[in-house]
Amino acid sequence: MAKRIEVEDLDVYYGSFQAVAGVSLVVEPRTVTAFIGPSGCGKSTVLRTLNRMHEVIPGAYAKGRVSLDGVDLYGPGVDPVAVRRLVGMVFQRPNPFPSMSIYDNVAAGLKLNGTRNKQELDETVERSLRGANLWNEVKDRLNRAGTSLSGGQQQRLCIARAIAVRPDVILMDEPCSALDPISTLAIEDLIGELKEQYTVVIVTHNMQQASRVSDRTAFFNLEAQGLPGRLIEINDTETIFSNPSLKATEDYITGRFG
Amino acid sequence: MSTTTGTLTSPRGGRRAVDLVVRVLVYVSALIAIAPLVWILVSIVAEGLPAILSASWWTQDLAGTTDRRAGGGALHAIIGTLEIGLVTAVVAVPVAVMGAIFLIEYARGTRWARLVSFTVDILSGIPSIVAALFVYTLLITLLGLGRSAVAASLALVLLMLPTVLRSTEEMLKLVPDSLREAAYALGLPKWKTVVQVVIPTAFSGIATGVILGLARVMGETAPLLILVAYARNLYLSPTTSNMGTLPTMINSGRNVAETLPGYSRVWGAALTLILLVMGLNLLARGVARAGRLKDR
Ligand SMILES: Nc1ncnc2c1ncn2[C@@H]1O[C@H](COP(=O)(O)OP(=O)(O)OP(=O)(O)O)[C@@H](O)[C@H]1O
Ligand SMILES: [Mg+2]
Repeated sequence: MAKRIEVEDLDVYYGSFQAVAGVSLVVEPRTVTAFIGPSGCGKSTVLRTLNRMHEVIPGAYAKGRVSLDGVDLYGPGVDPVAVRRLVGMVFQRPNPFPSMSIYDNVAAGLKLNGTRNKQELDETVERSLRGANLWNEVKDRLNRAGTSLSGGQQQRLCIARAIAVRPDVILMDEPCSALDPISTLAIEDLIGELKEQYTVVIVTHNMQQASRVSDRTAFFNLEAQGLPGRLIEINDTETIFSNPSLKATEDYITGRFG
Repeated sequence: MSTTTGTLTSPRGGRRAVDLVVRVLVYVSALIAIAPLVWILVSIVAEGLPAILSASWWTQDLAGTTDRRAGGGALHAIIGTLEIGLVTAVVAVPVAVMGAIFLIEYARGTRWARLVSFTVDILSGIPSIVAALFVYTLLITLLGLGRSAVAASLALVLLMLPTVLRSTEEMLKLVPDSLREAAYALGLPKWKTVVQVVIPTAFSGIATGVILGLARVMGETAPLLILVAYARNLYLSPTTSNMGTLPTMINSGRNVAETLPGYSRVWGAALTLILLVMGLNLLARGVARAGRLKDR
């Protein structure tokens, strides 16, 4: 299931503005990779090119190569819709579908893609909610609106929704930034479990979080406003936090720790 | 408010006088605005209530009666108004909703969208008599068809289309992009995202707009006068050239002497029309509230 991501020489543009330049990195299967760096350096932008989500923004395009187990995601004839079934995404703000129940939110990906088998749907919903550590909290009220849950529960619901379609890779863009510390901890534990089956890439502004959940850490930076962001350093998380090879990385990490 | 210190005591006489004058002006203006409405409502209820309280009002048409002979009811006009409204909605709603989806989901910010938007703006400004004459020219003068209930519906479609399209557009704009992104991230193609996520999320708002748009055209009179002949009998076929409707029932009795039974029927028809439109407005509110509750 989990797949290896290779990014080679990626440039991303929003219209005429180049947001990211020359990013190359490898994400191994069944690992968690954290993207860190100051605001505006292009972490979300790079993340979204991994499942071609940037293409929903008018004028946005990418150059370079992104491949999943050797298959070029930007190759001719590749359907972005198919890419997103392999590479799921969890967003900064929990965004359950307000018109759907908890059950339907989790089943949405399967149902809307044509699965009608009730038993298969039931199993998937339970498996996904268990996988997102939410089953025990909601099993008695699967028919309530997804938006009736707390923020932390909603975010876990969104994770359940993402894993219900059995992707190979899960991308998370600051998944805890709208959550309280306890919900954050619940999600961090969950990320640790997810990597047994999936390749996970997570953007975070929280250094402790990066060091707690990730195996590898990529530090992005930008020289000045208006210039494209770049990947400065990527290494094992332990190395990045204890012994970074570049001064900029060290400054950023220690600055954040205060 | 404290009046203990000198500067905080009540204002000087001049300012107090100005305050009084403005206050009186505001109250009088409000009264002037409300008085005619209340007056109309009260007289319609007072004069129309006896007519609509008789059982035959809701169950019989005016076949075999005259303005001088009592009896009969408004069934032909009620059914006619509902039927023409239904046909109007059946044609206008899909076009308006799909037009709004095109503008918001597919063509946002393009030259095409601006062109369609501009056209809709113009359409929403045309007087109902112009819409009626347009349909008259097209169907009757050019194509040689006769007058019919459908022709009246088509003119009403021209009036309903822009309001429903605009309100649907507003509702679609309210659906946050984060929901569209969530759907894309699940591997849903765009059309499924629109049909299964965006529209259900905006549904109660869209339905409210549709009902209000319908309520607005139900009372339109010019297209009915021009495009379909008033009938005192109940006719059901939408292609019939004669069909009673509440607005034209009111119009047909406008010269009846006060002492005749036909006179109170006019008031009854007016009250029935008001009740119908009010019912639709209440329904719209109910739908809007139901949608809001579900969001919690
Ligand atoms: N939709 C967009 N249209 C135009 N420019 C954009 C868009 N989204 C991002 N950008 C620009 O691209 C650059 C990188 O933005 P990005 O959102 O990837 O940064 P980030 O590292 O995720 O920042 P943050 O930590 O604040 O989320 C920024 O200069 C930003 O202004
Ligand atoms: Mg970001």
